[in-house]
Amino acid sequence: MEASLSLAEGYSIWVDGSLLGPRSTEEPRARRFLFFCTEMKILCCISHVPDTTTRIQFTSDGRALDRTGVTFVINPYDDFVLARAAELKEKDPSNTHVTVLCVGKNGASSTDNVDANLRKALALGLDEAVRIDAEPVDAFFAANQIAAFARDKGFDLLFFGKESIDYNGSQVAGMVAALLDLPFVSFATSIELMNGTAKLTREITGGKELIESPLPLVLSAQKGLAEWRIPNVRGIMQAKSKPLHVLAPVSVSPRVFTVRHEPPPPRGSFKKIDPDRVEDLVKELANKGLI
Amino acid sequence: MSAIVVWAELKEDRFKKPTLEALTAAHRWADSLGLPVWAVVIAHEPPKDALSILGEYGADKVIKVVAPEFANFSPNAYARALAVLMREKNASYAVLPQSYDGRAIAPMLSIWADAALISGATTVPEKTEEGFMARRIAYSNKGIEWVRSAHLPLIITVKASAFVPEKKPKTATEEEFSFKPKPEDLRLKVIGIEKIATDKIPLTEAEVVVSAGRGLKGPENWGIIEELAQVLGAATACSKPVADVGWRPHHEHVGQTGIQISPNLYVAIGISGAIQHLAGVASSKNIVVINNDPEAPFFKVADYGIVGDAFEVVPRLTEAIRRYKEQHAH
Ligand SMILES: Cc1cc2nc3c(=O)[nH]c(=O)nc-3n(C[C@H](O)[C@H](O)[C@H](O)COP(=O)(O)OP(=O)(O)OC[C@H]3O[C@@H](n4cnc5c(N)ncnc54)[C@H](O)[C@@H]3O)c2cc1C
Repeated sequence: MEASLSLAEGYSIWVDGSLLGPRSTEEPRARRFLFFCTEMKILCCISHVPDTTTRIQFTSDGRALDRTGVTFVINPYDDFVLARAAELKEKDPSNTHVTVLCVGKNGASSTDNVDANLRKALALGLDEAVRIDAEPVDAFFAANQIAAFARDKGFDLLFFGKESIDYNGSQVAGMVAALLDLPFVSFATSIELMNGTAKLTREITGGKELIESPLPLVLSAQKGLAEWRIPNVRGIMQAKSKPLHVLAPVSVSPRVFTVRHEPPPPRGSFKKIDPDRVEDLVKELANKGLI
Repeated sequence: MSAIVVWAELKEDRFKKPTLEALTAAHRWADSLGLPVWAVVIAHEPPKDALSILGEYGADKVIKVVAPEFANFSPNAYARALAVLMREKNASYAVLPQSYDGRAIAPMLSIWADAALISGATTVPEKTEEGFMARRIAYSNKGIEWVRSAHLPLIITVKASAFVPEKKPKTATEEEFSFKPKPEDLRLKVIGIEKIATDKIPLTEAEVVVSAGRGLKGPENWGIIEELAQVLGAATACSKPVADVGWRPHHEHVGQTGIQISPNLYVAIGISGAIQHLAGVASSKNIVVINNDPEAPFFKVADYGIVGDAFEVVPRLTEAIRRYKEQHAH
């Protein structure tokens, strides 16, 4: 990467090593060169969620999920950012450092273990893991934990999934961006880095936005950011000896509390329509004003 | 004086369904609290005649925040404007649509307005002795969660399709709020927008969706799906494997990892109804399932089911709808 220092004025190198022509940039040159000499630091924040295929039951008071027999996995949207971080790490292993973080407590069973999921993430070739040892009562609590951890660490990229599949809140990433006062790109479907600037695409209704942002930035991932990856055996072996730090939480008062859960209202059994009498369906739909 | 602030999302000079849903939630909530509703429009130039619809749906006042910098969507700048407005005007409540941009702004606004945030509410927050209580969907439609917050200000985003837009005509007054975005909130720059070339209704806005899966066997068979969608005035969607192998474009993929929708009518053809697929569609108001396997899990959430071969049933259904429409055209 030192090669970039001897490039002609205005030329630069992509993270993948290809040469790019001059382009106008408002960025001071010092920062651009600095980028190539310093490490790219990435923080991936993941959440620990019940596998979608598991049956969901609640404790008898409805307060919480009944965790018995439930398998917890890395939130599928977080898998996209882990995969993208792994790609960036592969392109420039010695200058890229990826930390994976989860706010959570290890559960009672082996299928409800945050540390195990953090190790799975490390097995994709990432560097170190951090668990903030507290129950994430609400997004505000979790976001404050993450912001407190990240504040002085100089991360260039803070990666999140667009939402977690348990409560689909889409809250934590944006809150962290606001707490750290960083640009926030939500629903990102791609990110490429160049000269300390990021080019991204973001999903919007009926299309996508093309975005440019300086680093550091906060991103929340939509499908498309990268292809999901499965760790290989070597990765899994190496992950066992990678650092996993367990940190105490900072003191934060949550603002939103769960009162109770309920099963969804049952859908009555469906009305069977004879395939030879589709007119019956047309009538039904018309009566409901749907046609 | 306190009020409920609604971020009215201006898209192509119009206020669309998500904004009308947010206004509906806001005017119901406002009624229960005896507060006015203020619709806040953030724009790069003074909006044209679109504003009257805000009064129609219950806004007592329309507050315009206009600055050229808002031409590009930076959630930082939008959230900052709303936070400053809420603080200066002493507004303790806000409602945002759960659109792409609403979901980007809401969490940032909650921090800068020092507020609590309940996202994806499906009910208007109800005042109780221990704070406001609201309902939301949890665990991919496999549960319902009631949450409570005693913290003010309180911001909610409303789940798409949870509130049917309801008129409540007011003669809204108009007011300007002067605000200039700071450079640090404009670091992120939108350098272009790519529209998906289609004359069809975007999935997230469609009232009727016709969706098909692997049961269709190949991309060449989608003609019958398109035709049914056409007579129904529907958008088309598909299951994940169908998008993964490229039979259909990715933006049609619905489900847990795709787009989540809750149209009035969802017609599922040759889709098994895997839990990850249902996670994105199960809150549709009416579901029709067409599948040749009577054991297909999709029937468990269906309102109407046809056990039969899609290649026979779908063209027949299209024809029957066409006939019905012709007969009832006048
Ligand atoms: C983490 C994760 C996330 C996922 N996210 C999503 C998601 O977001 N969206 C999604 O859709 N899937 C998702 N999936 C995949 C999901 O599990 C299913 O594999 C997928 O939905 C199945 O697609 P399908 O119903 O089209 O195909 P199949 O399961 O193969 O079903 C085809 C159906 O067509 C019927 N059929 C066949 N021939 C005919 C005929 N001639 N006429 C009528 N019916 C016929 C069959 O009976 C069958 O029910 C995800 C999976 C995982 C692990």
